Amino acid sequence: MSSEEPIELYAKRIPIYPRSVKGRFRRLKWGILALAYGVYFLLPWMRWERPVGPDQAVLWDLPGRRFYLFDLIVHPQDIFWLAWLLAIAAFLLFFVTGIAGRVFCGYFCFQTLWTDVYIAIERLVQGERPARIRLAKQPWNGEKVTKLGLTHLLWLGVAFLTGFSFTMYWGNAPDLAVEFFTGQAPFAAYGATFFLMTTTYVMAGLAREQVCTYMCPYSRFQSAMFDKDTLIVSYDAERGEGTAGRSKVAKGLKTREERQAKGVGDCIDCGYCVQVCPAGIDIRNGMQYQCIHCGLCIDACDSIMDKMEWPRGLVRYTSENALEGNKTRVLKLKTVGYGILLAILTGTLVWNVASQAPYDASARQVRQPLYVQLSDGRIRNSYELKANNKTTKPMTIDITIEGLPGAEVDTGRIKHLHVEPEKSARLLVQVIAPKPAGAGPTQRDFVFVLTPTDREDIKPIVVESRFHTP
Amino acid sequence: MSNATDKQTGAVQTTGHAWDGDLQEYNNPLPRWWVWTFYATVIFAIVYWILYPAWPIGTSYTKGIGNTITFTVDQTGEETTTHWNTRALLAHDMEYSDGAVKQQQYLNEIIGASYDEILSDPDKSAFMRSYAKGLFGDNCAACHGSGGTGVVGLFPNLVDDAWLWGGSTARIEETLRQGRMGFMPGFGPTFTEAQLDATAAYVLSMSGHEGGDAEQVAMGQKIFKGETGGCYYCHTSEGTGLESVGSANLTDSIWTVADVNGAEGYEAKHAAVKHVIENGISRHMPAWEGRLSDGEIKLLTAYVYSLSGGQ
Repeated sequence: MSSEEPIELYAKRIPIYPRSVKGRFRRLKWGILALAYGVYFLLPWMRWERPVGPDQAVLWDLPGRRFYLFDLIVHPQDIFWLAWLLAIAAFLLFFVTGIAGRVFCGYFCFQTLWTDVYIAIERLVQGERPARIRLAKQPWNGEKVTKLGLTHLLWLGVAFLTGFSFTMYWGNAPDLAVEFFTGQAPFAAYGATFFLMTTTYVMAGLAREQVCTYMCPYSRFQSAMFDKDTLIVSYDAERGEGTAGRSKVAKGLKTREERQAKGVGDCIDCGYCVQVCPAGIDIRNGMQYQCIHCGLCIDACDSIMDKMEWPRGLVRYTSENALEGNKTRVLKLKTVGYGILLAILTGTLVWNVASQAPYDASARQVRQPLYVQLSDGRIRNSYELKANNKTTKPMTIDITIEGLPGAEVDTGRIKHLHVEPEKSARLLVQVIAPKPAGAGPTQRDFVFVLTPTDREDIKPIVVESRFHTP
Repeated sequence: MSNATDKQTGAVQTTGHAWDGDLQEYNNPLPRWWVWTFYATVIFAIVYWILYPAWPIGTSYTKGIGNTITFTVDQTGEETTTHWNTRALLAHDMEYSDGAVKQQQYLNEIIGASYDEILSDPDKSAFMRSYAKGLFGDNCAACHGSGGTGVVGLFPNLVDDAWLWGGSTARIEETLRQGRMGFMPGFGPTFTEAQLDATAAYVLSMSGHEGGDAEQVAMGQKIFKGETGGCYYCHTSEGTGLESVGSANLTDSIWTVADVNGAEGYEAKHAAVKHVIENGISRHMPAWEGRLSDGEIKLLTAYVYSLSGGQ
């Protein structure tokens, strides 16, 4: 670099133009993509019959403080399920990563899924890898403007659909969609759509593999879970390089026998595995942190090996141990431990969800004043009772107390607490009891027994509380 | 970013200036995205100056263009429009935000309902209690305490089941609207010491306090029920009090002026009652009609009623 040349301010991204490939892993990836997109884009439109509440199968109802998941209704007080779910997701990631490497990155991560779609669009409009490289190099003319413009337009379209579908989960989709396009939707709907549209476009269209290499923390800490038994996408260097290294197919190096006789490996250095890589790396250089284990280089190499009529698997899923000629051990303390933890966590969550209390209640004592002396000398304490009906039918609750001799309950003009389905109700309950013999303040524990009178399917619940006397 | 100095000496760009002969400065320009972000903040600032209050001019300031807030002034009920400011924004939100509009609707519904409807519906009751608690805290708690327990001798307790002026919703509302004058004449100037002692002993005996001298009690009864004291005019000859004049029921265990419950031993209780008879009572609750709206009075009435369970 001469001193006249302007200094580069930052390292530019080296553009990657992945070539398309056909094969098992590509088919698997398309399948997962179709499934994921089917679920993501169609789920908000699915209807679901409920006795009360919206008829949308999956609805995150923030104003109503309810998450509707088919027949499961998640209330704010169930939010610890989310923590549980995240813990399960984390352990599932550890478990799977320990056994089979970055499966999540390669097949399920939405960065990978969306980038795949964006690359497909790019190929559809601009053609295969050489055509794209040529287009990128040529000066700005009509063709370049049209093709690049169309690509970005389609990208923006997918990005918009992505953001729009996300928004549809947070309201009744058919209504919200109409409101959205007639300009009547809440600002949050436009904001969320625009935000997700922008991030999708930037991440899947422009940033792509940089998200995995520079931004994503998971991609970095997954490598920490690898060991010598972990399945990784790997180049069999011993077979590929032989003793004299790789070589192109040339005169005298056409058949395997000829090559092996000269110590040349099976890799014909066609570069197909490098060209298909969405991360832009050469798998033959060994395991690299950029590698998302998508398996496309395996498809590429397998297709070449098939053409050469040589056995497949020069690039394959294998473990370091297997490459060194040892056995791959799957059952070991780490994987079994993660597996057991995962089973326990999942079991507890399922049990917790299944045994969700149909209703709950709390009693908060009025503390100002803690007690009141009445004209007949008895003492009164007041409690704010709150009952929460989580079922889809109304219930009427009868309130009695136990454990306080001679006490009576006064609920004013509301004799029974009626709670609408999916609603809660509050009631001021006054408990009046004679002052126990003997001087001095006392605190006595007692319980409210709340019995739903019109629902045989629901057991009474007991709420503990305390009675104070001066 | 690679370090340019690693490459070779002399390849480093400098700003071109030299101080003190040979002191030079490396040229380390900002990254491009940083520069763009900087320009974006400049544009943002200019837009902000135009739309929002920004620049001081003498004793005034630029008010912002095309950015006004309209709200109703609480005290006068007049609608004003002002330039954007956070205080007006708050006033506007308290009036027009989704939550405020919903609350106002529900509030109007409750104000329109009868006392029985409010007190028999758990939702209306709960809303009434939440809302009126604030009103009570603002207007009533200064005397009656935030829990409504009052102060013995000064302000009546609203949470017990004894009512000087009646505990029906109609009577409570009347109390709130018109205020009350609680008056009992002092008997110090007209009674002898013995008469005071006797009356106090009799009053205590009415609520079952034992320890009084039987002769004294009998004498006190004569004073109470006879023309010497004339106590029965207001307290009735049974001593149960009259709602119409706000006289206390002397036969129960509630004491709002003489702190009988708080006094230890008969002597102290006797002294407390005697003090009241000697000096009389003059208590005054202001009228709230005109100071509070009809709706607020209604909510407060229902609240006070629910505090005690009413009568």
